[in-house]
Amino acid sequence: MTDGTTRETASGRVGPPSGTILAPGYTFTTITDKLASIALSRRTPKAWFFGAAVGFVLTMTLLAAITWLLFRGIGIWGVNQPVGWGFEIVNFVWWIGIGHAGTLISAILLLLRQPWRNSINRFAEAMTIFAVACAAIYPTFHTGRPWLDYWLIPYPNTMGMWPNFRSPLIWDVFAVSTYATVSLLFWFVGMIPDLATLRDRAQKMWAKVVYGMLAMGWRGSARHWQRYETASLLLAGLATPLVVSVHTVVSFDFAAGIVPGWHATIFPPYFVAGAIYAGFAMVLTLAIPLRKMYSLGDFITAKHLDNMAKILLATGLIVGYGYVVEAFMAFYSGNPFERYMIWNRIGGPYRHMYWALLFCNLLTPQLLWFRRARRSTATLFVVAMIVNVGMWLERYVIVVVSLSRDFVPSSWGLYRATIFDWATFIGSIGLFLALMFLFLRLLPMISIFEMRQILPEAKVAEEEA
Amino acid sequence: MSAPRLYGLMAEFENPSDLVAATRQARAAGYVHLDAYTPYPLEALAEALDIHDRRLPALVLGGGILGGLFGYALCYWTSVIAYPLNIGGKPFHSAPAFIVPTFEMTILFAAFAAVLGMLGLNGLPMPYHPVFNTPRFAMASRDRFFLCIEARDPKFDHDETWAFLTKLGPRVVMDVEE
Amino acid sequence: MGDRLELLRGREYWRSLEELGGAEDLEHLDREFQVPIDSGVNRRELLTLMGASIALAGLTGCTRQPTERIYPYVKPPEEVVPGEPLYYATAQVHGGYARGIVAESYEGRPIKIEGNALHPASLGGTDVFAQGFLLNLYDPDRSQTLTERGEIRPWSAFLASMRLALEKERPSRGAGLRFLTTSVSSPTLAAQMASILQAFPEARWVAWEPAGRDNVYEGARLAFGEAAEPCYAFDRADVILSLEADFLGVGPAQPRAVRDFASRRRGENSNRLYVVESTPSLTGARADHRRPLTPVEIEALARAVAAAVGAVPARAAADPFADAVAKDLLAHRGSGLVVAGESQPPIVHALAHVINQSLGNVGTTVAYIDPVLAGPPNQSAALAELASDMRAGRVSTLAILGGNPVFTAPADLRFAEAMEKVPLRLHLSLYDDETSRLCHWQIPEAHGLEAWSDARAFDGTATILQPLILPLYGGKSGHEFLAAFSDQPEKTGHDLVHEHWKGRLPGGDFEAAWRRALHDGVVLGTAFPPKTVAPRSLPPAAPARESAETLTALFRPDPTVWDGAYANNGWLQELPKPLTKLTWDNAALISPSTSERLGVSTEDVVELFLEGRKVTAPVWVMPGQADGCVTLHFGYGRTRGGRIANGKGFDAYALRSGAGLWSRAGLETRKTGSHYPLVTTQHQNRMEGRGLVRAVTAEQYRSDPGIVQRMGEHPPGPADTLYPKLPTGSYAWGLSIDLSACVGCNACVVACQSENNSPVVGKHEVSRGRAMPWIRIDRYYSGELENPDTLFQPVTCMHCENAPCETVCPVAATVHSAEGLNQMVYNRCVGTRYCSNNCPYKVRRFNFFLYADFKSDLWKMVRNPEVTVRSRGVMEKCTYCVQRINRARITAERENRPIRDGEIVTACQQACPARAIVFGNLDDPGSLVAKARAEKRQYGLLAELGTRPRTTYLASISNPNPALRAAATPERGA
Repeated sequence: MTDGTTRETASGRVGPPSGTILAPGYTFTTITDKLASIALSRRTPKAWFFGAAVGFVLTMTLLAAITWLLFRGIGIWGVNQPVGWGFEIVNFVWWIGIGHAGTLISAILLLLRQPWRNSINRFAEAMTIFAVACAAIYPTFHTGRPWLDYWLIPYPNTMGMWPNFRSPLIWDVFAVSTYATVSLLFWFVGMIPDLATLRDRAQKMWAKVVYGMLAMGWRGSARHWQRYETASLLLAGLATPLVVSVHTVVSFDFAAGIVPGWHATIFPPYFVAGAIYAGFAMVLTLAIPLRKMYSLGDFITAKHLDNMAKILLATGLIVGYGYVVEAFMAFYSGNPFERYMIWNRIGGPYRHMYWALLFCNLLTPQLLWFRRARRSTATLFVVAMIVNVGMWLERYVIVVVSLSRDFVPSSWGLYRATIFDWATFIGSIGLFLALMFLFLRLLPMISIFEMRQILPEAKVAEEEA
Repeated sequence: MSAPRLYGLMAEFENPSDLVAATRQARAAGYVHLDAYTPYPLEALAEALDIHDRRLPALVLGGGILGGLFGYALCYWTSVIAYPLNIGGKPFHSAPAFIVPTFEMTILFAAFAAVLGMLGLNGLPMPYHPVFNTPRFAMASRDRFFLCIEARDPKFDHDETWAFLTKLGPRVVMDVEE
Repeated sequence: MGDRLELLRGREYWRSLEELGGAEDLEHLDREFQVPIDSGVNRRELLTLMGASIALAGLTGCTRQPTERIYPYVKPPEEVVPGEPLYYATAQVHGGYARGIVAESYEGRPIKIEGNALHPASLGGTDVFAQGFLLNLYDPDRSQTLTERGEIRPWSAFLASMRLALEKERPSRGAGLRFLTTSVSSPTLAAQMASILQAFPEARWVAWEPAGRDNVYEGARLAFGEAAEPCYAFDRADVILSLEADFLGVGPAQPRAVRDFASRRRGENSNRLYVVESTPSLTGARADHRRPLTPVEIEALARAVAAAVGAVPARAAADPFADAVAKDLLAHRGSGLVVAGESQPPIVHALAHVINQSLGNVGTTVAYIDPVLAGPPNQSAALAELASDMRAGRVSTLAILGGNPVFTAPADLRFAEAMEKVPLRLHLSLYDDETSRLCHWQIPEAHGLEAWSDARAFDGTATILQPLILPLYGGKSGHEFLAAFSDQPEKTGHDLVHEHWKGRLPGGDFEAAWRRALHDGVVLGTAFPPKTVAPRSLPPAAPARESAETLTALFRPDPTVWDGAYANNGWLQELPKPLTKLTWDNAALISPSTSERLGVSTEDVVELFLEGRKVTAPVWVMPGQADGCVTLHFGYGRTRGGRIANGKGFDAYALRSGAGLWSRAGLETRKTGSHYPLVTTQHQNRMEGRGLVRAVTAEQYRSDPGIVQRMGEHPPGPADTLYPKLPTGSYAWGLSIDLSACVGCNACVVACQSENNSPVVGKHEVSRGRAMPWIRIDRYYSGELENPDTLFQPVTCMHCENAPCETVCPVAATVHSAEGLNQMVYNRCVGTRYCSNNCPYKVRRFNFFLYADFKSDLWKMVRNPEVTVRSRGVMEKCTYCVQRINRARITAERENRPIRDGEIVTACQQACPARAIVFGNLDDPGSLVAKARAEKRQYGLLAELGTRPRTTYLASISNPNPALRAAATPERGA
């Protein structure tokens, strides 16, 4: 049976007949063995080494850039007067946005009882955690004196000083750290049963020991399962408002400011939608190569891609609506600064950014109205990539373009990123890849026990005996 | 060398339905100290063993309330009592601004309550448990379903229980040593 | 990178990390007084450094008080308390004329220059040079050792060799002896010179000032047959016509002129200013009617006006502008004034004089006195003669007192080459400069704050200059240098000055009078009396020298580095030029239409040819520039001016000939196709229709005082708030800036930098938008590009009552004081820069690197000990000079009384010659600032945002001539 499926996938037909979320013919045994083997026994594919190497090299770039930053000061970046925030905040928001799909897929889809999530939630959650980790780099190092960042945390000190709880940056500290912690808990708790599986399936001693420790002695007792289910549901219930709150708070960084182009009430919903948009784009960006790399077409099926494409389209439309409202309000408000802000985006020195952004985030996703586009992994991958770029541009337009021309024309000035800005940006992508590839290699990237649940044989046949 | 003490008897089943059925019968037969082990959550089992533990939600609720109070108290005390500062002409007690930390603290505390509560009530982490002494139990995390009647059950008698389990049509029945 | 590292050793290694790091900001590394990376320490520099450190060893021990008794301005020396500043009145000599200053000194270290209210040229105000003057004192690039042909010698050795030299000169009665000074008004020096010329009748004294007053004196000679110094009373003038006279920007009495002029621009009974000029100036920027004209046209217009008022027989063709001006002048007989600028040929000055004469302005708005400058007349002619003498070998000894003739002399004299022919060349100068290189003896000159001397102001009033500190490098004053040529060479500067004034001071008791003179900073009754002059008939107009196809070169001193004397001054180099806002460079200014004609634009590099000489310069398209005129500011392009000066800008002297000192027709240009990055601090020159600078005409304001309020959105009133009132203190500090009075002269900017220890960041950092001033002067244009209206607006921190910056700081590093100060707590700042983003005025400045120089000891000495030196990674901004507020508070509390109005004077307010800035307590209805707030033309910048700024503005009021309404200024402001 196992050989059967592998032969099939090997023979090139990726994925089962459309509409199903799992290829037929799998049993508890085969599904467990196949998924567990990815982490345990099966030889690592070439692509893994390549990807991991790239990730590692870029991570080194990141470290170099940050070392130099600490040595010289943030002047090595392009930030200036009036543009006090540049790439760093752009990247921060971008990464945080990406970090939204994971928890969303796990939590909201769990509450909505969407079984198709089972095959993608695990690595989506991992993606969330790594993205948040990358995001965290930026606010940490973008301060003038990073070694004093701990002053943002409320702790009793001899100066009797406390943070200013009116500052959106403090809200960020609370929101992002909470989000990171809860996501991590959610992810880990979700993995416990699978860690037990790995523990029991592992051949090597060290693997047994490590997985054993992580599994914490999980034995699948009915009583445990009952509490476990309750806990997951409660966590999901908590995580859902949290996801919504995090990007809302991030949007406050801007909405609570007075800069034209920042100070807009549409920001919270439009940022949250943008985050989900970016998040799903990134999930697709990862899922499509992965199912090829590990021939997981049986688990991440066309149905999955189709669903995610639809969500992408829906959120894309919300984001587009956001853009329209932003422009409309600028004119409707009659506020000269707001109006100029829009003109500046459309025709100012950064107009290319704005038009590129509209192309990426507004035009491109319209492809997804067509079933054929949603079914073609290639198209889907390209669209997702373009959306990733688009969402980065959106944050660039909001942060940099708004700051470069605010209230007093005498102080207007342009922002030009330096090589160190780029190194830090590319480097963080490297860090993300490195973490992702380590995760793929060492942990079950698809939730095994939840996959078992969607097997036909998992149903309890009622009334005999 | 003395024979190790017995923890209980364990029956291995091929599929969930058999296990559920077996569990029902075991309960019907009057066994109380028994537990089932499955590779994924089975709701049917919960009612078969009629497990109703309502403590966890209570814990989470408590955690949430505590977190909320802590969050707001932190903001209020630092900004109004400990070190009031004129910041942008805003009132010392800037309630709207305090909502965000309050909310985040609520979630954080509740989440910890949920996770630690679940682990705690389950008695995890648990480095050692007798059921692992049976080599076949490794299958519990793969594709097999186990029912275990513990020795401490008043109705437990090795041979009788063994007989009872065998007639439930398991793949095997085995001793579980402490 | 690895092998590069291997090449480097020791501390060099650390230096070079910058290079390894991709040279992110080598420029800012080079800034200030740090040794450039590539310079190895040779013997000379080593000795220099040793000298400096020895000097410092003494300095830091506070043992540098002059040995002679000097007298503090406010407190007698008995009260000297460590940490308590003392104030001494002295003067800064600029272009030969004295401007009264008061130097603030801590433990014998002068750290701040302020205006002397008792001095006629200052009246309490200063210009940028007086402020920058202080920095030159501590400049480690100053000439530090007395050398003969590069060998270090003691002063005694110099005196000895002078004795020998003079013996050689005696037989010829000094026929080969020449003295070359800058413009001199010092009575003592003049007397010394006189006695020397008595001993050596054949010797000559030549004076050369690159931006000299020849035209003024020659103009007077042309008009009256005798040299005379015109003194103007701008406060008495109702109608002023400036023939390219930039009296608000430069000139011997600039601070006084600004004060007098501004006193008549406060809205009611405003004066009216007409300006015709070839290149935009501060005076032109404040004009009610300005006309860009070429030099020839200016002369024509002067004649037209003269004819129209009947001062000269009518010959010129009628010109509506000239007629309108003439009518206005005629309507204000006795209260009109025509002023010609130094850059104008004598004939234009003569015309101005005769017009004033015929209108009866003499005695009311203009008075004539004997020339204040003691030096010989017609400097350029004298210098030319000197050059030819030297070339002919008629000069055996050339003694140069100050100045840098090799760099500044007209190019056609080929002065350096001529100098080589002189057997003995001596140079007394502050810097070991281009001239020193060609001299046998280099004598370090004592800085103006290190030496005893004296000098006269524009009206003849004498000031005795007292030293605040012993010469850092054993420098000698001009008096001591000249003494070497007298029979008592060992005389000290103090004795020379002291003796000169014996018997010359008013009052019986000389010592008392001496004390009083030092205390006041002026010698009473030394102003020259007005003299009566009789006009003569003027020569007819010379034929025009301009042709359409060639251009006219205009030579002007640079607005910030002057004639090059301040080229090594970081403050002034980084100070944006008032109109172009350029820093660290000069450029060839051309008008927009000329730039189209030549097909060049800003930053294009062009070759300029004039009389066979050539320079290469970047172009700057200058709105309001006269077509066909190319303005070249001299003072840049130094090759031996110090580490800051060298290699900055281009040398305009290379094109400047004796015949065309100020303007010369026949300039040709050629495009090179290359570009040169020019760095400006303001990229956007228009207000985008935002009511930032509000300007109205006098009659608009008279007929409808509410107009100013309507030029912007309506701001929320005091009651329009939901917030509870927070506890307030006993004072409510506020600042008011009168845009009608402000002339945009930049004095406040340098004063603030000096008072608040603001760093200099260098051209590269400025180009990246990281300049660090706490007060900036925004300059906006309105109207057509060819002749726009220019509006200035000094912008400080507004100290908003609802400060957007404070709310967003996560660590509460910027908070509000009970007295309304928006306080920046450096120690608490982690540097998120959120506050800066959220500041609508963009007045916050961030230390992106370690800008403050913590290494060089000399730089430490210039710092104000009451102001924190900011480190890397923290935000900073205007504090309303909180250190001055607290000093006043301490005094007041000690005397158990409230702080009086006017007791606190912020640095910008103190320096402002126009008295445009007023600081005080808004809660006290009697205070000046509260009164200013009550004015109808008061408005808050962007107040509609609800920030409730504490800094507010008074709208600018112009007074155009209704007769010229057709060509009137277009609607300003909104």
